[in-house]
Amino acid sequence: MKVLVPVKEIATVEDEFEIDGTAIDERFLGADLNEWDDYAIEEAVQLQEDGVVDEVVTVTIGDEDTEQTIRQALAKGADRAIRVWDDALEDLDLLDVGAKVAILEQVVADEEPDLVLTGVQSGDDSFGATGVALAEAVGYQWAAVVNQLDLDGDTASVHRELEGGIEELTDVEVPAVLTIQTGINEPRYASLRGIRMAQRKDLDHQTLADLDVDPEAIAGDLNLTAMYEPESESDTTVFEGSADDTAGQLADLLRDAGVAQ
Amino acid sequence: MTDVLAVAEHRQGELRDVSRELVTAGSELAAETGGDLHVAVIAGDVDAYAEALSLEGVDTVHTVAYGEEFNHDVYTQVVIQLFDELAPSYLLTPNSVNGLDYAPAVATRLDLPLVTDAIDLETAGETLVATREMYGGKVETTTEVEADTVAVTIRGAEWPAAETGGDPAVEAFDADVEEGAIGSTVTGFEEVAGGDVDITEADLLVSVGRGIEEEENLELIEKLADALDATLSSSRPIVDAGWLPANRQVGQSGKVVTPEVYIAIGISGAVQHVAGMKGSDTIVAINTDPNAPIMDIADYAIQDDLFDVVPALIEEFQ
Repeated sequence: MKVLVPVKEIATVEDEFEIDGTAIDERFLGADLNEWDDYAIEEAVQLQEDGVVDEVVTVTIGDEDTEQTIRQALAKGADRAIRVWDDALEDLDLLDVGAKVAILEQVVADEEPDLVLTGVQSGDDSFGATGVALAEAVGYQWAAVVNQLDLDGDTASVHRELEGGIEELTDVEVPAVLTIQTGINEPRYASLRGIRMAQRKDLDHQTLADLDVDPEAIAGDLNLTAMYEPESESDTTVFEGSADDTAGQLADLLRDAGVAQ
Repeated sequence: MTDVLAVAEHRQGELRDVSRELVTAGSELAAETGGDLHVAVIAGDVDAYAEALSLEGVDTVHTVAYGEEFNHDVYTQVVIQLFDELAPSYLLTPNSVNGLDYAPAVATRLDLPLVTDAIDLETAGETLVATREMYGGKVETTTEVEADTVAVTIRGAEWPAAETGGDPAVEAFDADVEEGAIGSTVTGFEEVAGGDVDITEADLLVSVGRGIEEEENLELIEKLADALDATLSSSRPIVDAGWLPANRQVGQSGKVVTPEVYIAIGISGAVQHVAGMKGSDTIVAINTDPNAPIMDIADYAIQDDLFDVVPALIEEFQ
């Protein structure tokens, strides 16, 4: 059984930042492996360690700088990686769900995985839709927001984490795309040996032409037209002073409210 | 004229709140463009749901009595058929766990641009303008969609619930569900957040988040809870890491709490967390990041290191 794990490198923003046009000023941006995808990688690697899965392949849409993040996934145990990038992607300020799916469906067609495991959402633009949209595009079954997975032959028995502490138990036929929720497992840290081995693993760069993706398909209909800091609607009282001062003010508040003595 | 099709959500016999909010969002859109608002309700006791959905602004409720509970394959098939039949401009669904289990599939099949987790919607001529958050709520963005038809999922609790007193037509829609195409089966439900402590009963909650950094630091917050005679709760990352059991989790996927005072310590205030605690009478935030969303929601805030403030606070009560 083969697992494909779409992995995203997300942009992270410092506590204090400035906005430049429709983006965060680059000086305040960092990069990280998307938290949800970290759990998806771990789930795939555990299935491999259990002998259920033979190969774990990651795919990332990103420029050359994302290779550091991709190597992290390889160091955690993925066998090889595909990185898709193209000059045509350089100028887009938003790669919408349809565009991501147009690319990933070609990768699925090439790799023919039995299972696609990817994060529920990404920590930066948080569309939360790529996995299910991809499943529909490639004709796979799917389940969104999975926090428990048991594979039995061609059936994936999953728990879907609904709102309010309720889980839905669902059986899904494989091949399937499952979007993985945080907390499903404990993502490992890469070992030194893993990091060394990752350097030698195959990381294959593909262009849109290599994948036979129509450049028209990635243009998308969504245009980001503004970015701004949310207006503060609150009238928060900020306690000022040293830790002793602020703790004292909070203590008074709690006593006045009658919830603590 | 542009019509709107909104798909209601229910679970275990209850219409979910977001369905009424969806009606408000949908009727606002329909009113802006002079179109009709169609609401679909699929599976379960659809007649009872249709009655509950007879809300201000709804023109027609389409019922599909197929199955008892949500199944994404059924929803996908039915919504596509309704969309083909009604030819609306906008498809609205909740940005819920189940909404995100079918809306992306419907959008893909119908080749509709998809905007998820919208917190505001407007039209400018033919263009839909959606407001969304990015980077965990640190910024808001506007996204314009240039297309005749668009699928949108809306965030819960952003629109008010629609008022009762509407008088829509209720029509049973004769959907043609292809059973062979149903590749998933819901086998049951499980409540996960049981246990000895009920955080929803507490008057004073001391709630801890990612800012605590290490499991061994949790002891500090436990000490504070003891000193205050408060109940300990947490945000999601603490439960994900296995440092506290699931029954301590406040938020969308955990418990909704309404204590007299909620002290959020090292919690950034992601929307999923806020959904679980915004009904607290008084919210206090202790956080180093002045831009953390929690600092906006809080009634009282201390912008400082929790490792300095919490020991001082314990001192106050010893």
